[in-house]
Amino acid sequence: MKTMLAIISNALCRMTGRNAGARVVVSRSFADFTPQATFDIKKCDLHRLEEGPPVKAELTREQGLQYYRTMQTVRRMELKADQLYKQKIIRGFCHLYDGQEACAAGIEAAINPSDHLITAYRAHGYTYTRGVSVKEILAELTGRRGGVAKGKGGSMHMYAPHFYGGNGIVGAQVPLGAGIALACQYQGNNQVCVTLYGDGAANQGQLFESYNMAALWKLPCIFICENNKYGMGTSVERAAASTDYYKRGDFIPGLRVDGMDVLCVREATQFAADHCRAGKGPIIMELQTYRYHGHSMSDPGVSYRTREEIQEVRSKSDPISMLKERMLSHNMASVEEFKEIDIEIRKQVEEATQFATSDPEPPLEELCNHIFSKNPPLEVRGTSPWSKLKSVS
Amino acid sequence: MRSSWQYSNIIQQLTTINPYKSHICCCLYRQKVEFNYSICAFLFCRNTTKIQPAGSQLARVLSILHFFNLIGSPKGPTQKMNLFQSITSALDNTLASDPTAVIFGEDVAFGGVFRCTVGLRDKYGKDRVFNTPLCEQGIVGFGIGVAVAGATAIAEIQFADYIFPAFDQIVNEAAKYRYRSGNLFDCGNLTIRAPWGCVGHGALYHSQSPEAFFAHCPGLKIVIPRGPIQAKGLLLSCIADKNPCIFFEPKILYRAAVEQVPEEPYTIPLSQAEILQEGSDVTLVSWGTQIHVLKEVASMAQEKLGVSCEVIDLQTILPWDIETVCKSVVKTGRLLISHEAPVTGGFAAEISSTVQEECFLNLEAPISRVCGYDTPFPHIFEPFYTPDKWKCFEAIKKMINY
Ligand SMILES: Cc1ncc(C[n+]2csc(CCOP(=O)(O)OP(=O)(O)O)c2C)c(N)n1
Ligand SMILES: [Mg+2]
Repeated sequence: MKTMLAIISNALCRMTGRNAGARVVVSRSFADFTPQATFDIKKCDLHRLEEGPPVKAELTREQGLQYYRTMQTVRRMELKADQLYKQKIIRGFCHLYDGQEACAAGIEAAINPSDHLITAYRAHGYTYTRGVSVKEILAELTGRRGGVAKGKGGSMHMYAPHFYGGNGIVGAQVPLGAGIALACQYQGNNQVCVTLYGDGAANQGQLFESYNMAALWKLPCIFICENNKYGMGTSVERAAASTDYYKRGDFIPGLRVDGMDVLCVREATQFAADHCRAGKGPIIMELQTYRYHGHSMSDPGVSYRTREEIQEVRSKSDPISMLKERMLSHNMASVEEFKEIDIEIRKQVEEATQFATSDPEPPLEELCNHIFSKNPPLEVRGTSPWSKLKSVS
Repeated sequence: MRSSWQYSNIIQQLTTINPYKSHICCCLYRQKVEFNYSICAFLFCRNTTKIQPAGSQLARVLSILHFFNLIGSPKGPTQKMNLFQSITSALDNTLASDPTAVIFGEDVAFGGVFRCTVGLRDKYGKDRVFNTPLCEQGIVGFGIGVAVAGATAIAEIQFADYIFPAFDQIVNEAAKYRYRSGNLFDCGNLTIRAPWGCVGHGALYHSQSPEAFFAHCPGLKIVIPRGPIQAKGLLLSCIADKNPCIFFEPKILYRAAVEQVPEEPYTIPLSQAEILQEGSDVTLVSWGTQIHVLKEVASMAQEKLGVSCEVIDLQTILPWDIETVCKSVVKTGRLLISHEAPVTGGFAAEISSTVQEECFLNLEAPISRVCGYDTPFPHIFEPFYTPDKWKCFEAIKKMINY
């Protein structure tokens, strides 16, 4: 097991904006920059709520740079994964998160590392914000020993302490999230569980079973629908009788949030977490977001939507550019500084790639480990009567 | 229970019908009897009262007749099609001839993930070929409703791995409808299609072969084709069949397998295995993709060991063709069954057990199952996990030297 502490402290950094490793070379001294500013953010639509999250958000320079770094790292990592896939170094199913970075970064900024999070298969971004290194994520994608799931999971299956994956069956993670919230409530630890799913998944029956249980028992569960407008090739209008995903819990209060703005997501998540921690039960958040890539690597992503549509989002509401421009316009950072960060991230991703392509594959014994708990060691029957393998852990 | 003389009597009666002669060593009810009889080598298994033509030559003649469009198959042109195109062709024929037929599933209106329904929405309209939301349990339950009300329902589950949310609807609702309503209602008009089996890098949730889960459920039919010609004929049989059918499509073959497929509709009978190659020493049984592995293994065994293999494509997993398999084992005395799904509780276990009951005294070696490991379907270990030709070949060697 990798050092849990490292992961937790990574997550702490990603949440609080305090990055121990930040080595930023700047031409001006920090004193020249505005240390803190307040920004207008989009008002959330509310469902069964008298009051919503604030319409102004405070941002410190440190936080801003940290969110930028987080989102940019996820972006670079995903673009690298795309490249490795095209080179056939990553095989199989691979779902990229670029475009949606503000969701992962904003949520993580508003919860504690000790809170819980579970999502579907589009998991690379959350794996990173929950504290796993780029190196381990890319190595998981390439199926190497040093991958976060020991190279046994691949794209859809990544995990970390308090991060329950990485789930391949659409919708199946949602009742788990409600169950995790029940555990939090039972243990009285004031933790919440962030339970994520897509707009496509929102039509699975299991969600409604979960909503009911969570509301019935007032569980500290934040259900978050990442509405990126499509479930594979199906646009939301074609799949859902109501596309107001924040209202679909009916008796559960809901928020519709601009998921392209990291500050909006942060404020809304903060509001939702407070709601849960106050014992008011579950809440639903719809994050309106967009995925730049196709659904998976076999989907070019342009047969069911236009290139113009994608271009429009990229140019008008890209989460990274939006944050960068805000900071620049308020003199919270300089262009050179962002460039430095970009270079640093590129380097980090390159190093991670180096690792992910040179680390050995897991040994064959791993095939049979982790099927059952390790006591007692068991023989795994396989291909033919005489080929038995041992499962030792 | 019939005694063996009764069997020989029946067989003698039957042989008189036939002009063809063949020599087969056949064991009936624990007694070896040699018969000189004809092509329609009817076989009787102990507990079966139904008589089915299942002789190897018959099967071959049937398939030849099929090929020349002589039995229940179309007169008319053929076209080069891969497996997904032959599925499209079957669906096209169905929509054209059956005005009640509807096709639905995730993204099927755009052709589906594997392109099986390409063009059908444009040809037949969006009220007959339509996308469903992402909700497998709903899709199947909805399909049962459509079918019980009299329409022909063809539901697509995007991957066989995603069929489990619908498990209850299939096993408890679809399969038992006829029985529990005393034959008043049924959903025989329902066919569920799903891509199935390994693809090379599908990992845990895009590779599974779940046929054995459903094989435990009386009232369902489960069918798996090995190539384009079978896919079309068997799918049309499933659609026509008055029982709920699950049709699993080997997704690795969608593009890989190409054949001359008749454009007109034709059917291939369900619950009939096909003998692809006759042999005398070992019977090899499988279905879907694995059949192609076994065909290669049969050539290897012939070349390297001088061992003659009989290769049988089971085609229908439930209810399966016991006669053809048992008859073959009676002849060869050895049986190897191979599938990708994990060995424990896989359908090979059922075949093995039945053959052991029926052909105990004919067996020259323990029945071999060459199957997937008892692990989840692994990501990077797939080549090691799958029952490849070398593993099957080893098993044959062991059986021969037993
Ligand atoms: C039960 C199940 N059905 C179908 C699939 C195939 N599938 C994977 S992702 C997906 C679309 C999901 O869309 P959405 O929930 O909007 O998430 P997004 O991909 O947009 O992040 C589908 C149909 C699956 N993985 N599991
Ligand atoms: Mg979506």
